[in-house]
Amino acid sequence: MSRDSTRKVLTVAFLVCLVCSILVSVAAIGLKSRQEQNQEVEKRRNILQIAGLYDPAQSVDEQFKKVSSRSVDLASGQFVAASDVDSRYAIPPAEDLAGIKVRPRSMEVYLVEEDGTLQQVILPVYGKGLWSTMYGFIALAPDLTTISGFGFYQHGETPGLGGEIDNRSWLSQWRGKVVYNEQDEVKLKVLKGPVDAAHAEAQHQIDGISGATLTARGVSNLLAYWLGENGYRPFLDGLRKDGGMQP
Amino acid sequence: MSSYKETLFNPIFNKNPITLEVLGICSALAVTSKLETVVVMALAVILVTAFSNFSVSLLRNQIPGSIRIIVQLTIIATLVIIVDQFLKAYAFSISKQLSVFVGLIITNCIVLGRAEAFAMKNPPLLSFVDGIGNGIGYSVVLLIVGFFRELLGSGKLFGATILKTVSEGGWYLPNGLFMLPPSAFFLIGLIIWALRSWKTAQVEREG
Repeated sequence: MSRDSTRKVLTVAFLVCLVCSILVSVAAIGLKSRQEQNQEVEKRRNILQIAGLYDPAQSVDEQFKKVSSRSVDLASGQFVAASDVDSRYAIPPAEDLAGIKVRPRSMEVYLVEEDGTLQQVILPVYGKGLWSTMYGFIALAPDLTTISGFGFYQHGETPGLGGEIDNRSWLSQWRGKVVYNEQDEVKLKVLKGPVDAAHAEAQHQIDGISGATLTARGVSNLLAYWLGENGYRPFLDGLRKDGGMQP
Repeated sequence: MSSYKETLFNPIFNKNPITLEVLGICSALAVTSKLETVVVMALAVILVTAFSNFSVSLLRNQIPGSIRIIVQLTIIATLVIIVDQFLKAYAFSISKQLSVFVGLIITNCIVLGRAEAFAMKNPPLLSFVDGIGNGIGYSVVLLIVGFFRELLGSGKLFGATILKTVSEGGWYLPNGLFMLPPSAFFLIGLIIWALRSWKTAQVEREG
């Protein structure tokens, strides 16, 4: 069989593809459990960092003992067993502020407690930015309206522009801002331009990032969705009524 | 037929893929802001060039001319994916920092260049050695660039403080330019200049 005959071309192409795909599959499947474990540790590290509890000197698992994770059914605001997490809910387009179309019916939230009193509630949030879906966490103080930490752990926004949502000094101003106003509406949002400290609503406002107007709009939208009626609001109300704790 | 020793050491200074052929510049700019990532990237490239050369050379008498580049790329891509999977499993934080650049080893001209120019014409073991040599040649330049960028840009080497920066209460005011990719251009330019002043045979003839 000559080296350049059609049959030879097809045979070589087929065999090379077969061998290569087997190698890739073996590597991907063989290493999967270890990779997932790494991602879990990474997620926990992010939760600790956003809650301001992370100490690089200690192991992540050790520090994460302070944090308990619970599943919450968003519609009722009640804790549910973790096994119910799988079912998905299609968000009606009119309510879909965060641009995510579907979400799980229940979400995993994280509670930080010390001596039986609630210190922080950490809620996973995500929504569409300019290019990508941005995944992050928002940590609330025990009054359930003051922010104690905020940040993203995964997004694909433009580095240097929208990507500046990872900028530490920008994120640090989130601490102490207030989510709800007197009428219990979500007021927190990212402005276009800097916050005027004298403004009546300054406590609900975050400085804009130049060159990141659309990404910032995405951040405001996802906050409005997740902290509103269709998001964690029923859960937070229930938590507040029970003086911070539920069974 | 050139000897193994020559094949291994020639690419380091005499025929360095970055300084002489000016290949592989993209990743040399992107991953050199810290030595830790440089070392991992360098090891990954050495492994990929060595094994891709080896496999391509094993198949060199079988690969039809019309699809040879595709076959080479398939082999290279497979190796790169395997390396990437291993990094994600065993060096997760570094693999996060290297992000897409591990995947982009596939398009690193050094790897394909050696497979096409060397492995297609030489026996497997010699090709393997050539792959290691070229990988090391790439690594040496990256290490030099990474050394200066991390030292001048953040006052550290391998994450350990060498020059205490002003923001940490020391005296050293870090040069932010060195944290940005363009600084690698200047450094590589200087390295090429130094190397060509030393080995004048590498200077390109004019006209």
